[in-house]
Amino acid sequence: MSSSLQFDQVRLPPECQSLRRDVRAFLAEEIANGTFDPHRPGHGDSYDRAFSKRIGARGWIGMTWPKKYGGRERSFLERYVVTEEFRVANAPVRLHFVADRQSGPILLKYAPEHIKADILPRICRGELCFVIGMSEPGSGSDLFAAKTKATKVDKGWRINGSKIWTSNAHVADYMLGLFRTSPATKDNRRHGLTQFLVDMKTPEITVNPIYQMTGEHDFNEVVFSDVFVPDDHVMGEVDSAWKQATSELAYERSGPERFLETFYVMLELIRALGAEPDIRSAEGLGRLVAQLHALRRMSVSVAGMLQAGKEPTIEAALVKDLGTIWEQKLPHRVRELTAFLAPEIGNRATLEEQLTFATTLAPKLTIQGGTTEILRGIIARGLGLR
Amino acid sequence: MAASQITDREPTKVAIVGESDHIVAEMAARIFADFADPQTINRAKDGAWKGPLWRALSKAGLPLAWVPEQLGGSGASLPDGFAVLGAAGRFAVAVPLAETLLAGWLLARAGLASPDGAMSVAPARPVNHITLGRDGTLSGRALGVPFASDAPHIAVIAEDATDVTVALVLAKDCGIDKGQTPAGDASNMVVFDRVKPLRRARAPAGLDCAALMLMGSVIRSVQTAGALEAILSLSVAYANERIAFERPIGKFQAVQQNLARLAGEVAAALAVSGSATDAIGQESAFDEAVFLEAASAKIRCAEAATEGAGIAHQVFGAIGFTDEHVLHRYTLRLLAWRDDFGNESYWAAELGRRVAQQGADEFWPMVASR
Repeated sequence: MSSSLQFDQVRLPPECQSLRRDVRAFLAEEIANGTFDPHRPGHGDSYDRAFSKRIGARGWIGMTWPKKYGGRERSFLERYVVTEEFRVANAPVRLHFVADRQSGPILLKYAPEHIKADILPRICRGELCFVIGMSEPGSGSDLFAAKTKATKVDKGWRINGSKIWTSNAHVADYMLGLFRTSPATKDNRRHGLTQFLVDMKTPEITVNPIYQMTGEHDFNEVVFSDVFVPDDHVMGEVDSAWKQATSELAYERSGPERFLETFYVMLELIRALGAEPDIRSAEGLGRLVAQLHALRRMSVSVAGMLQAGKEPTIEAALVKDLGTIWEQKLPHRVRELTAFLAPEIGNRATLEEQLTFATTLAPKLTIQGGTTEILRGIIARGLGLR
Repeated sequence: MAASQITDREPTKVAIVGESDHIVAEMAARIFADFADPQTINRAKDGAWKGPLWRALSKAGLPLAWVPEQLGGSGASLPDGFAVLGAAGRFAVAVPLAETLLAGWLLARAGLASPDGAMSVAPARPVNHITLGRDGTLSGRALGVPFASDAPHIAVIAEDATDVTVALVLAKDCGIDKGQTPAGDASNMVVFDRVKPLRRARAPAGLDCAALMLMGSVIRSVQTAGALEAILSLSVAYANERIAFERPIGKFQAVQQNLARLAGEVAAALAVSGSATDAIGQESAFDEAVFLEAASAKIRCAEAATEGAGIAHQVFGAIGFTDEHVLHRYTLRLLAWRDDFGNESYWAAELGRRVAQQGADEFWPMVASR
């Protein structure tokens, strides 16, 4: 039976904890210099090119990649520590985060040497913003229904159509996108999609903003009108992108960003409750702590198993499923637990501002990067039900 | 079913043995499969299977695994003992194995030898207290002491303002009621009315009632994770076999979603209990790190027990609610174990208080310490 789940007991090695001290010192200095305010929600989701370059200079972007491409050949657990410290501090990492987490690893695996040598070092220096081109109008979770076409022409391909919900596209340098190069076949509906590296500065690309219910601008519609992409920008095998998509997902789904997105309201809750909470608040807080601790231990365990060369695919999907539901409920729970606090508590203004933001943001957490329903389908398949 | 029949029965159909690096745990799992197969003992209308099981466990040195050889035990490591308990959870084992392990551990920490046979531990709830009088006798009242009426001996931790004492008493010297868990396992109120211990010793520094509750909580968490693994296996197998509306019910998305949620609860329980056993194995004292790990494990595993038992019953429908079906052997124990050594509400309040005392700035460093 394939329903056996495995979570190795992983402890972060000493080099991780010394790295953590370096990251905290760096963040404290940036906060002192006014780069960002850790108490302001939403900043973790914003762009700061100069800040990304300073992070790159410290060697904390692409840090697991080979040195010849600008990486530092550090472990995946070390990257884990960097990621969680930046996330908890609400530091603006949006510019480089997608490139660091998933685009870089795809390039490492599939890009020709000259492209790797050109692009990867620039990612590591914090200079490049990547976007993921998957969803289209009419095909979101159903990835393989994508219609936007890449047609073979002399020395390359021509792309026509559009992508939607594309986060960061208005500031991005490159897209890694799935485009239709052949129709699906009768026995394999996943056939016919190819992954391309697309230069977002191409003039035939139009990026139209889509404003979200938080008032922020992150989503975009990206329209391709006869966009030429050279042959060497095909990533992997033509028509077979579906074979390539799965192995990276464990990295994408199990990281600390999958349960820490609303973490700031938990810190503000602890501040609001003070040193001697009543028993209702104490119990409520304790349950949140236990959930957070369990999620982090699951996530660290998956990171350790990935580092050890295992493929914890279901375990990673479970981290995202449980993690996103938890971070989505968190602001609502904090609201309940602060219901009886005196109006004069010191951090009321900050707490309310954060709760408003987190509550408005919460619905997206179980949609982005694979919806709850899709994840549970993957888990069910892993359990042997499909 | 008579005891003699147990050894003659057919081999187990469903082997519920998880992956394990522990030879000791594999040996335990073989004993459980041979003497305590849930399907077989569920059909037995009496407890005759318990004797042969206990003898096999004793012969293998498992009940006193955490007692050093010079104190009468087999001197296994903490990880080995926890792995045995995980296997016990996968078989919903209903003899005082966990309790004897814990009692032996407690006595050994105070340098006391363990007797032969089963033991329980008192108190079994953090809100109960037992005291040692000037005359050297124990007094107090302990609720929900697991298997107290089945065990000849009880290991006791007594606490007063200045001293912590570990003692061994004869169960027959105490007042023991006829309490049971929903699963039918003994869970008794034990009254100590100036009970004279067989032996006693001062507890070593760092070992107190709270430490015993944390250790007991981790033990229950490990058993819970094991039992949850088993009900996930059973539920998935059933969903693939049971046909309704002309297909296996596991093909319905609504059922798949439920089973995926169950898998999530199993995953959380496995990860958090595993992490807690690792912490207890590595740390020399019951410090802040162990407190966070052990309290979180008990809270999260108890929550997983509630959710997981409910989902499994939903998957099985009416058949899972019958006496003859094996599911209740797991689900009722999962629910009962929530109450031993501090329930999730108790530990959540304790954990919440501690986090609040330390303040917001200390919180993340504590969570991220390992």
